[in-house]
Amino acid sequence: MGTRHKILILDDDPDWLALCRDQFVTLASHPDVITANNAKRALAVLETEKIRLLISDLKMPRIDGLQMIAIVRRRFPAIRTVVLSGLEDEEYRSRAYALGVDLFWLKTEMQRNAKLFGECVESLLGQSGQEGGDTGFRGIQSKSLMDIIQMECLSRTSTVLRVTRGPLVAQLWIQEGELTDAECEGARGEAAFQRLLAWKNGTFENLPPEPDRERTIHKPVNALLLESAQNIDETTSPTPEPDTVESNLHRQTMWKLAQLTREGADFVVVVPLNGGEPEGMGTQNVPALAQWTQRAVEIVRRLGERLEAGPLSYVASQSIDRQCFMVARGDRAFLVGWPADATDNLPDKTRKLVASWDS
Amino acid sequence: MGFLKKIFGSRATIQQLPAGSITVDRQGRIVTSTVSSSFPRMLLQAVGQDVMELFQQARTAQTPLSEISLHYSSLRITARELRGGAIIFLFPQTALLATPTSRP
Repeated sequence: MGTRHKILILDDDPDWLALCRDQFVTLASHPDVITANNAKRALAVLETEKIRLLISDLKMPRIDGLQMIAIVRRRFPAIRTVVLSGLEDEEYRSRAYALGVDLFWLKTEMQRNAKLFGECVESLLGQSGQEGGDTGFRGIQSKSLMDIIQMECLSRTSTVLRVTRGPLVAQLWIQEGELTDAECEGARGEAAFQRLLAWKNGTFENLPPEPDRERTIHKPVNALLLESAQNIDETTSPTPEPDTVESNLHRQTMWKLAQLTREGADFVVVVPLNGGEPEGMGTQNVPALAQWTQRAVEIVRRLGERLEAGPLSYVASQSIDRQCFMVARGDRAFLVGWPADATDNLPDKTRKLVASWDS
Repeated sequence: MGFLKKIFGSRATIQQLPAGSITVDRQGRIVTSTVSSSFPRMLLQAVGQDVMELFQQARTAQTPLSEISLHYSSLRITARELRGGAIIFLFPQTALLATPTSRP
């Protein structure tokens, strides 16, 4: 009989703590669940108990979750950390991973997908509990996605690698060191893998393996990585042939049109905010819309500064026949038009479209 | 009295976010307001003028708008076109209140 691992749950909501306790005590490894409703109390528990896993909320009074994680990573580096938050903001996810947490999970997702979350927690407890389980490195930084995939495959592990880049999510299924399937931006298999490798940044996390997943990739991972590297080299070549430039432009245009159609948007207008030619697709009215977008960004940013209302997330607008969403990203602004009757979560869909447009 | 103020100066104040609604005419001038009178009138006026300018610019771009909503991290401003003027709603987004991702 193995030892019972201890989980510490930190959240300022007592109802949520009770709910979590009920859920975690039913895990197969029957962990010992301890709860704390503030960071000070949690630190006192960590000093006295041998905790394997800390599950922390982010928004808490006095010491918030990110501060707490930073303290724990410094003072108790062997403890596995999970963030369980209600904040659906990619910035928090990135900041949490940058601090070295093992897993970031949304509370709503946990309730919807309790079984998968339980498996992730079991997996983290198991990793810590194995013989010599306290060895190993965490917090990979400055490594490309290619390096990470190669490491996973060389170590012959079975896992699902979930890669997040802003609102975009991609997954790679690795079974005993072999890449078996990939999903990215609506594509699957090798096409998805190639698409994912074009991403320049993001965060990744390991999910429990899915051995029953249908296999769509049969080539060895090294061959795929080589193909991808060649593709990337070709697209970034400093002196491409004129034909290649034309075909690349054509390919990019086709890709963007496909993106528009797939998401169901009417048009996209991209406006460089520091001058330059606007780019548009799906509308004849690019110059006028670009001019409005540029002026609107100026007005809205200035107003936000005067009111001290914080950074601008997006601007939504509605006309008789259309809904438009404007997002400013770096030195460019994007205006995305949707049909008037579109009812899905359009701000998220806009952000997703803009993120993949950029890639 | 008040000499300490003369020595140390007055403390910087934190501006509260406006909550409520205003109606403005086509020049952006405030007609009615339910926003607290402690909120600076000039800033409220700026909201009205900027919103009307956004509607005006959209008309120039041949995309007349019936509604516009500005989502900042701590404030949402929703304006509906009203026969040349507009009614503007101001909703502060507090830290514990998640910003709604769907349109109002």
